[in-house]
Amino acid sequence: MTNPVFERIEADIKSNPVVLFMKGTPVFPQCGFSARVVQILSHLGVPFKGVNVLEDMEIREGIKAYTNWPTIPQLYVKGEFVGGCDIVMEMFQNGELQTMLKEKGIPTSAEA
Amino acid sequence: MAMQPAEIEALIKAALPDAQVTIEDLAGDGDHYAATVVSEAFRGKSRVQQHQMVYAALRGRMGGELHALALQTSAPG
Repeated sequence: MTNPVFERIEADIKSNPVVLFMKGTPVFPQCGFSARVVQILSHLGVPFKGVNVLEDMEIREGIKAYTNWPTIPQLYVKGEFVGGCDIVMEMFQNGELQTMLKEKGIPTSAEA
Repeated sequence: MAMQPAEIEALIKAALPDAQVTIEDLAGDGDHYAATVVSEAFRGKSRVQQHQMVYAALRGRMGGELHALALQTSAPG
């Protein structure tokens, strides 16, 4: 079964090493949880693509079904779902996020 | 529509009977909660899978009537 929304999501997460599906934009997040993940990625100096789900109802609903995950934000690294705000925060705090990014060859400019 | 902490706990325990559930009302508005869930069922599962199990227990309420539930999950240490 092909779903055109899933194809759009896959195209995004396969052509960009780090993708954050979020509410608002990296410069102007419109939700505290999205803002927190943007802050972590910016702090680590990780280049990422932000996809604003508020501008695209299809993606907003589609991404929840794609990942079987009910909330936004959602972080993808190298096509793999990493988690939402809680998981990214926890991984950042215990250093797992930094290790995972390094292992996947994502450049970071700061060590936490 | 806000959910009561007891309702959240009951839903989680219905799916994960051994779970130890602690729920904190973050903003005092009955709408922003933090939950810690410890269950043997989480052992060997990734964090994403553990959270997905809790979301499944909440049967669609997460992201709907339950806007904010900060989750921390683990297997008993």
